Amino acid sequence: MNLFKISWANLKDKPLSSFLSGLLMTLGITIISLLLLLNKQLDEQFSRNVKGIDMVLGAKGSPLQLILSSIYQIDSPTGNIPLEDAERLTRNPMIKTAIPLSMGDSYKTFRIVGTNKKYVDHFEATVDQGALFQKDLEVTIGARVAETTGLKLGDTFSGSHGLDGNGEEHGETKYKVVGIFNPSNSVIDQLILTPLSSVWAIHEHHEEHEGEEHEGETHADEDHDHEAEAPREITSMLVKFRNPMGMMVARGINDNSKLLAALPAIEINRLFDLLGIGVDTLRGLAVAIMLIAGISVFVSLYNSLKERKYEMALMLSMGAGRTQLFGMLLLEGLTLSLIGFILGLVFSRIGLLLFSMRAERNFHYSLNNLSILPEEWLVLGVAVLIGIIAAALPALGVYRMNISQTLAEE
Amino acid sequence: MLQSHQLTFSYAPTKRFAFPDIRCNDSEAVLILGKSGTGKTTLLHLLALLLRPENGSVTIDQTDLTQLPPAKTATFRAAHVGIIYQKPHFVSALSVMDNLLLANYLAKNPQDKNRARELAAHLGFAEHLNKKTHQMSQGEQQRVSIARAVMNKPGVILADEPTSSLDDVNCARVVALLREQSEQIGASLIVVTHDQRLKDEFSNQVIL
Repeated sequence: MNLFKISWANLKDKPLSSFLSGLLMTLGITIISLLLLLNKQLDEQFSRNVKGIDMVLGAKGSPLQLILSSIYQIDSPTGNIPLEDAERLTRNPMIKTAIPLSMGDSYKTFRIVGTNKKYVDHFEATVDQGALFQKDLEVTIGARVAETTGLKLGDTFSGSHGLDGNGEEHGETKYKVVGIFNPSNSVIDQLILTPLSSVWAIHEHHEEHEGEEHEGETHADEDHDHEAEAPREITSMLVKFRNPMGMMVARGINDNSKLLAALPAIEINRLFDLLGIGVDTLRGLAVAIMLIAGISVFVSLYNSLKERKYEMALMLSMGAGRTQLFGMLLLEGLTLSLIGFILGLVFSRIGLLLFSMRAERNFHYSLNNLSILPEEWLVLGVAVLIGIIAAALPALGVYRMNISQTLAEE
Repeated sequence: MLQSHQLTFSYAPTKRFAFPDIRCNDSEAVLILGKSGTGKTTLLHLLALLLRPENGSVTIDQTDLTQLPPAKTATFRAAHVGIIYQKPHFVSALSVMDNLLLANYLAKNPQDKNRARELAAHLGFAEHLNKKTHQMSQGEQQRVSIARAVMNKPGVILADEPTSSLDDVNCARVVALLREQSEQIGASLIVVTHDQRLKDEFSNQVIL
């Protein structure tokens, strides 16, 4: 027998109102916790992949789309640009490295990206089995690609046109898996990398073949917009500046050429600003729910104290101190807060896992760091405060109680 | 032993009570009889120092309660006085066993489960120890409050209309148990009532 046991018995004695208060507290904390987790993980994923890329060069269009497609591989490419133009523009003393990317095909929704060794070095990816791609039609695949598709060293496959896995297959030419990367926790995990020249080879071959069958057909798709003897094209170029003055290069390109230079730092900030409005609204909602949980604790304790007035007087007459009883009532609010916090943490992790499963299916990104964030201790503080204040207001009545009068009333 | 001397109390200038002196030795019993409105409950609360008297003194085992500082009275009461109320009231969320142990806990004594079981067996509610109190009959509940009052083996047991809501059979049983328990621990038993059925049970009587 102790104060905690009495508090707990009191909570159990009115299960419905305890359940309601606990539920509201849990809901509020779940939402806040989930938002914190998502925010942190998205932020981490975004900044890990953007690290060291100062500018992306591509076709005119939406800068955000260019960034999303070229760095994160989650949006469609903006279109193609002539390799020659890109190389000319990046032959600049301000520019340290320029990595060409060419994409448009996929295998079972995993993107096939034509690039060179600099791309692999940039993400510090290392080859687990086999070797890095060398010749045309050789590919090295990311760890998650290998895991999901079951491709092994020496396997061959044909890519399909487009990025959604529903495109027509390039049936005649087959890629060969020559290597598999170690997991690097970067975008490489979900990519199939091949030399730039492979992509040209596939499409030239395909063009000719298609030309024979459907003569005179116009290809609206930009990937097919080049002729056999057309200048070689790439989708985009990832650029690293030698120093911050490189920003000037971007302005020059946007003002004076047909190409688009997008700065990831600016675009990602803009994206997070847009998301931020939604996140702030949800956070406000969650705080409101937590406050309502507090009000619910207050109301149910207030009502039950009216019924339990005699009990309180009885315990006081049996030697309980007023502070002791006050503490016992606070414990009831505190217990609900703590239960809400623990369940909230559990549910937010479950929510994150569900969200992660969806994100993995749609974008091949996974978010599964389930450790407790420092901000969540702050949430605990707020929850405890709400629980204590909600319990303290009605519990203060214990200090004003006239024992004799209350006992004589009945 | 309990002794009161010239106790007076007033709720309002027009409603003033002056009580006869009461003396009850260890292992003895005193019945205080009075009709409604004669201040029976007030007297009992004064004896337990739940109310402070206007004048006069209450002495329990050589300690004058009116001289104790307010903070000490609760501790003293918990250790030396067991109270039985007209309607048996309990902490409804707790089981019968826990309600008995609560008396130990609030008096800061070790929680004696064996004593609780012995009392329950003796007072005839051993099979109800794990029930909630509101699942028992009035007579059973009153027997539990007797057990609760003697858990700490107090020097004084005060009973406020312990039998008024009981039928004749339960009334006789409760009074017998009260007397037996207080004699067993050598406590002074003071029963305040308007219940005429108790008149023949006590030789020491005070009429209000």
